[in-house]
Amino acid sequence: MRLKFALFVLACWVLLAAAGAWLPFEPYRIDLARILDPPDATAWLGHDDLGRPIWDRLVVGARYSLWVAVLVVGISLAAGTFIGAVSAYAGGWLDHLLVRVIDIFLAFPGILLAIALAGLMGPGLDNVVIALSLVGWVGFARLARAQVLTLKQRDHVAAAVSLGAGPGRIVWRHLLPLMAAPLIVEATFAVAGIVIAEAGLSFLGLGIQPPEPSWGSMIREGSRYMLVTPHMVLAPGIALLLVVLAVNMLGDRLRDRLDVRQS
Amino acid sequence: MMRFLVSRLASALVVILGVSVLVFFLIHLVPGDPVEVMLGEGSQPADREALRRALGLDLPVHVQLGHYLQGLLQGDLGVSLHSRRPIGEILLERIPATLELALAGLVVAVLIALPLGIIAALRKDTPWDGGAMAFAMLGVSIPNFWMGPLLILVFSLWLGWLPVSGREGPASLVLPALTLGTAMAAILSRMIRATLLEVLNEDYIRTARAKGLSWGQVVRRHALRNAMLPVITLLGLQLGALLAGAVITEIVFSWPGIGQLVIESIQRRDYPVVQACVLLISLAYVLVNTLTDLCYAWLDPRIRLGQ
Repeated sequence: MRLKFALFVLACWVLLAAAGAWLPFEPYRIDLARILDPPDATAWLGHDDLGRPIWDRLVVGARYSLWVAVLVVGISLAAGTFIGAVSAYAGGWLDHLLVRVIDIFLAFPGILLAIALAGLMGPGLDNVVIALSLVGWVGFARLARAQVLTLKQRDHVAAAVSLGAGPGRIVWRHLLPLMAAPLIVEATFAVAGIVIAEAGLSFLGLGIQPPEPSWGSMIREGSRYMLVTPHMVLAPGIALLLVVLAVNMLGDRLRDRLDVRQS
Repeated sequence: MMRFLVSRLASALVVILGVSVLVFFLIHLVPGDPVEVMLGEGSQPADREALRRALGLDLPVHVQLGHYLQGLLQGDLGVSLHSRRPIGEILLERIPATLELALAGLVVAVLIALPLGIIAALRKDTPWDGGAMAFAMLGVSIPNFWMGPLLILVFSLWLGWLPVSGREGPASLVLPALTLGTAMAAILSRMIRATLLEVLNEDYIRTARAKGLSWGQVVRRHALRNAMLPVITLLGLQLGALLAGAVITEIVFSWPGIGQLVIESIQRRDYPVVQACVLLISLAYVLVNTLTDLCYAWLDPRIRLGQ
């Protein structure tokens, strides 16, 4: 039941994001006669403070949140796993150095570093992705390092080494498949975190810039008109909550199913 | 214990040094010429040169870094470009507000999480458990910057019970603390439930029951005490997240703390202040984590002896 709900919401998210790219939505159409109009039959989420249709903006916003989440988690997962695996497999001074770097990055509360990075590099989609990836890789690196440290003691690795397999082949063919489960679970929860972080940066005015719609900036605009009409702040917030909730539920389910102990 | 203390403090120092260096390089991420960005495009070349020299940006990078670290050691964080006041002074004005908010958030989190986690564990697989965990799931998934406006909408605009924003009197603290504390309460209650369930399966719980203690006594005397250790660690780790979460919460409620200062300074392109704020919060985070580790070792001999 919960899994069905989660999968349904996520399917809607992806479909909406695709629809936003292919179908003729009008997120920028200003209709001054319909400023702050509540939902009705023609615009079922109503209009915003410039008379733009909120539903259209929500759909196009879905594209940005999905795009940022997929890109950032992809980059962080690849970079973090690579760095963590190299660190643990190589050992020695390289491991010492990388562990220190990981520790230093972990010392920053993630969202704060992302805020500072996005603030200094300037707003925009690219910089949001860069800032969040710079923060995101650390968790994966720590996890991958811990995994490789325990897994490389196993007999099948010793067997592969004695058969002459190189480090790259061992990590790729003999370790990575065994690390996949915890990494997938971590990546799922990371998607939820990144969706909130992207919306948060846009809420602060540091992310996707107007007039491009982002759920975060829609919440900010909506909260200014809360006293007049709450529909502007409710619609993007509910969309955000549903997506994050669904991803978290899926993550929980995967963790139980794949039997991953959370660190 | 001494050896553990020394090694833990040494690694904390390395991290602090690394954090400071990383924060120093933040300003070099500003695209193009940071001085031009800070002053605006129409600025006079002479002004730019003056600022460049004032910030030391005309010197080679390693010399800049040296000056910066030397300044930090002497407690000199530089001067704000906006107000021309020493940054240390500005931070000191803002720290109490953020600290107050973070501590209130922590109290809210513990007050919600403790009963919720305990009920969920003791009534495992009942609607009580389901309800508590559904709340926890909702709590982690709801972002601060939406929860805040919702609380304002209901408690300030509709019911008129609490102020919308600002920091005047205890009433103004309620909504920000609730906003900040909920997410942490959610994580904490899941943790309390999980550790308590694990502890309840231990042999000594059965022994305690067998020797005739009531269930309430067993939970209070034996289970809760042992379950609290990992919870304390999590509490320490989450305090950093709480400080960072305060940034967004402060913006929602116009709370005059460090978080608001960060965003204001980004908007004013007052980058030295941004750097100082990031440094301050990160150092606080490192400090709390180190203290948590030490506390943990002190509470649990297995850790310090294992080192």
